[in-house]
Amino acid sequence: MNALCLLPLGPVDATVIEMLDRRLSERFALPVCRLNGAVVPGDAYDPVRKQFEATHLLRAVRAAAPHDRTTVLAVTMEDLFIPMLTFVFGQAQLRGTAAVMSTARLDQRFYGLEFSPALLRQRALKEALHELGHTIGLTHCPDRQCVMTLSNAVQQIDEKGEDYCRSCRILLADTHRVPA
Amino acid sequence: MDTQWEILVVDDEEITRESMAAWLREDGYLVTTAASGREALDATRGREFAIYFLDLKMPKGLDGIETMMEIKKLYPNPSIVIITAYATVDTAITAMKEGALEYIVKPCNPQEISLLVGRIMKVKNLERENVLLRQQLSGRYRFQDIISKNPRMQEIFALIRDVSSLRSTVLIQGASGTGKELVARAVHFSGDRADKPFVAVSCAALAETLLESELFGHEKGAFTGAVSQKQGKFELADGGTIFLDEIGDIAPKLQLDLLRVLQERSFYRVGGSEEIRVDVRVIAATHVDLAEAVRQGRFREDLYYRLNVINIRIPALRERLEDVPLLARGFMERLSHELGKEAREISEGALKRLMEYPWPGNVRELENAVERAIVTCKNRTLTEADFQFLDTAVPHDQAWTVPEGLTIDELERRTIIATLERTEGNIKEAAARLGIDRSTLYDRIKRYNIPR
Repeated sequence: MNALCLLPLGPVDATVIEMLDRRLSERFALPVCRLNGAVVPGDAYDPVRKQFEATHLLRAVRAAAPHDRTTVLAVTMEDLFIPMLTFVFGQAQLRGTAAVMSTARLDQRFYGLEFSPALLRQRALKEALHELGHTIGLTHCPDRQCVMTLSNAVQQIDEKGEDYCRSCRILLADTHRVPA
Repeated sequence: MDTQWEILVVDDEEITRESMAAWLREDGYLVTTAASGREALDATRGREFAIYFLDLKMPKGLDGIETMMEIKKLYPNPSIVIITAYATVDTAITAMKEGALEYIVKPCNPQEISLLVGRIMKVKNLERENVLLRQQLSGRYRFQDIISKNPRMQEIFALIRDVSSLRSTVLIQGASGTGKELVARAVHFSGDRADKPFVAVSCAALAETLLESELFGHEKGAFTGAVSQKQGKFELADGGTIFLDEIGDIAPKLQLDLLRVLQERSFYRVGGSEEIRVDVRVIAATHVDLAEAVRQGRFREDLYYRLNVINIRIPALRERLEDVPLLARGFMERLSHELGKEAREISEGALKRLMEYPWPGNVRELENAVERAIVTCKNRTLTEADFQFLDTAVPHDQAWTVPEGLTIDELERRTIIATLERTEGNIKEAAARLGIDRSTLYDRIKRYNIPR
């Protein structure tokens, strides 16, 4: 990863963006730039499902990137889906430069529970590291503690740790020149 | 997670197939996409995918079920998941009836599809491991076309390797169905004559005069019906190997002729005066005890010693029961492919049944039994029930009383007559049912003077 930009799509909790800026900058040892917020592309909206299609968003995110070699992580509060699945937490270009993540299902209020800003930020960090891991080239990891393990439900996100496991860190360092 | 497996996603909608492919790639799988049934078939020709995700409704050309039927023509057991947005019981039933592994309605829960892919891959990994282990096993225990882990058979393999490039005559002894011709072929094809002819002659199948002409050829007009000159098997085998099966059954005159060929490496065609010289390695085989035949004066002693330079005695299958599972699996893999059947496994119960059976017809009988079980089996796994016919093949002692004064020869004669009656004189079928080869059956028919 050469450079990383955060792109808020539509209104996003400012504390989440603040936290991601700081923690991702530390994790990847590079400055994180923040792009001006953009509206969520309307053509990605499915009125029947009342969700946004993630692959459409990913293409729009890529188009918004300032430089070909800059990785852009878009963050939205809208719920995302792909046609085959009821929802996705996020999607990334594998070994690419674009990723998109949604905080909709990371928020306790989605499940009728009391809002927890700390839990939202913790989940958002894990999801961001997960999607960025894909852009760097990592696939899902069998280690249930690794941030790259597959999460199909928010409970699985809560169960995993906030960093890459040892073997994923070695892959990041050796193959992708990301600080372990 | 096994990154070697490839998945094919077939959907006419670009976003649907590409997003699904991206999602599976994040899981570490190699994914190919196709926009139509035709494209899918082009992609899978010569390359089987671990899972096929097929959209049921595709507007142009083949739909999901039609594409599945075409894929099933290419591969016997593909893992096909039919996807549709229109959930109806009818289409689900059709898909499953036609052989789909699963049927999912989109959109589906990510957890559901993760579990489905994981479950299929687990089975695929086990199948792959199974195949590898079997290949390793059969590789270790295979010599040419013979499979055995029996220590005596392993000694035979070593002996074959040692003698394969010599010109010495080999005498193979063993009961019917033990694989004498396979051993003969192994000697030939592992030696330096491998690229030269291997000519097999069954000495029991032909009358004396015909056999003579068959072995040595004849000149035009040598006898009635000899309308042109014909090369014999010895000439055809020049440079290579001649395999003389059932050598114990040949008539005294032919014994003498053979002795001359072995001593002088030359012979005359029937009715001919020109001496023909050949470089032929002779491998002879018999199910009779030749030493005993020599003692009884039925076989020439000098010919016996000429033939018995290198002696290979093949044990009966009941003496190498540990080979039964290996052989049964080997036959199952080959025969299910040849017969176009889907039998891929054999249950522990079936193997136990096979290990308990005495196999009077040896390996050939086992091969016939596996073939019969595959033909009648309705599932992927051969079970004990598929070998039930073995219970009637050899009657239990209590179910059959041996008549007083019955000799072995008489028993054999009656069995052959009864079997020929049941097969309405069909020699091939009768030999298969008796677990002996056709030449042995011809020999017995001749010996017992059984009318046909």
